[in-house]
Amino acid sequence: MKKVRVLVGTRKGAFILTSDGNRRDWAVSGPHFAGWEIYHMKGSPVDPNRIYASQTSSWFGQIIQRSDDGGETWYQPGSMGEVKDESENENPGMPRGESNKFVYDTSEETGKPLTTHQFYDGTQHPWEFARVWHLEPSLEDPDTVYAGVEDAALFKTTDGGKTWKELAGLRGHESGPRWQPGAGGMCLHTIVLDPANPDRIYTAISAAGAFRSDDGGINWKPINQGLHSQYIPDPHAEVGHCVHRIAIHPTRPDVLFMQKHWDIMRSNDGGDSWFEVSGNVPSDFGFPIAVHAHEPETIYVVPIESDSLHYPPEGKLRVYRSRSGGNEWEALTQGLPQENCYVNILRDAMAVDTLHPCGVYFGTTGGQVYGSADDGDSWEAIVRDLPAVLSVEVQVLDD
Amino acid sequence: MKLVRVTLPFHLCTLAGAADEVVLAVQPPVSQTTVLDALESRYPMLRGTVRDHVTMKRRAKVRFFANEEDVTHDPPDQPLPEEIASGEKPFMIIGAISGG
Repeated sequence: MKKVRVLVGTRKGAFILTSDGNRRDWAVSGPHFAGWEIYHMKGSPVDPNRIYASQTSSWFGQIIQRSDDGGETWYQPGSMGEVKDESENENPGMPRGESNKFVYDTSEETGKPLTTHQFYDGTQHPWEFARVWHLEPSLEDPDTVYAGVEDAALFKTTDGGKTWKELAGLRGHESGPRWQPGAGGMCLHTIVLDPANPDRIYTAISAAGAFRSDDGGINWKPINQGLHSQYIPDPHAEVGHCVHRIAIHPTRPDVLFMQKHWDIMRSNDGGDSWFEVSGNVPSDFGFPIAVHAHEPETIYVVPIESDSLHYPPEGKLRVYRSRSGGNEWEALTQGLPQENCYVNILRDAMAVDTLHPCGVYFGTTGGQVYGSADDGDSWEAIVRDLPAVLSVEVQVLDD
Repeated sequence: MKLVRVTLPFHLCTLAGAADEVVLAVQPPVSQTTVLDALESRYPMLRGTVRDHVTMKRRAKVRFFANEEDVTHDPPDQPLPEEIASGEKPFMIIGAISGG
């Protein structure tokens, strides 16, 4: 029998939900890191008990946590004496404690010395690190992890989170000075690794758009052709689009699905061009998008009323599923509240498991985590009344 | 070396696995800088939480109290009151009060 572990990041701590493969009875562990914002937790695909967490606070900054035992115990990598400080005479041999250190690369050798982006008032503004939004462990090496941060940049560790180095070619793209923050800041929130091509990485930035690297993150290009955004002066501009989330199916990595600020989009050519597949959803505004684990043409979104009204249309919480790769959508409502529901579902708060039938999970700003063990046909709340849910990831484990 | 008492806010206690008051050996002169150097050396997991990793500037929502005075905006290298340096009173690291 397989086991399932759902990693939930919230505004006030992390929670870990576990069940057997039936996915009916759940145990809830937490809060871990009580009182801290946990923007994201994700386990390594090659070592599922290796889990990384982004712990943040507007008071005390960024913390990276790591567990090597499936979330039972946690530590800050590099703070346990594994990395000694050779540079400070007064404390030789002390741990360097650099797992929390995210410093933009402006070196002549590897960094592009671009130091400003467009700010809310149109002036150029220095890049200022705020937090890690998303952690994406490598598909091959548990010590390698990518981190998407605010202000938008991509960092990478190859030593299990002890130290982080910016992949500066993204921020150094010539369009960088034209990037600008959305209402939630200027964040790199989506990192997609191509399982068929280890050199190919996709990222998405609010509000700059989608970018692709074909050389392991050294060089980048915007991939926003076909996106249309009424809220920027040139609706078809190369950058400036508020991409909310990108998802792929691992067996068909050239097909990308995107939930944009408005519009549900699809690309069949690795992001070189996009076309709209919003079809009959009641609103094509939303945040998360996910692809069924076994059906590459089955995708899930959660429509939200509008950019001004961040709650489900008509107060009905509905997941929409397309089995045709977009355009034709059906509402999935069984077990979900169909009146007086005014929660939001954030971009990192939806995930699918790899069991049969496919499990689908999402968390709400009202603190519920809903799960479906039957492809989305029916739902139940695994847990209610958590703090607002920021992220949901799921792992399938061998018993 | 001076033995200086430092009180930590709740979240930094849990992060460091420390009590809410710690005693640190501080190289004189006892100032915000030398106290925080000693704190971060003893508890490296706190690096970056009180002051920035690179600029070493205080994080915006962190406050310092000493001898019943708010010394947050004093120069970081200015000697702290003798009551702090002697260990009679603690140097207090506070998370700024939030509204709501």
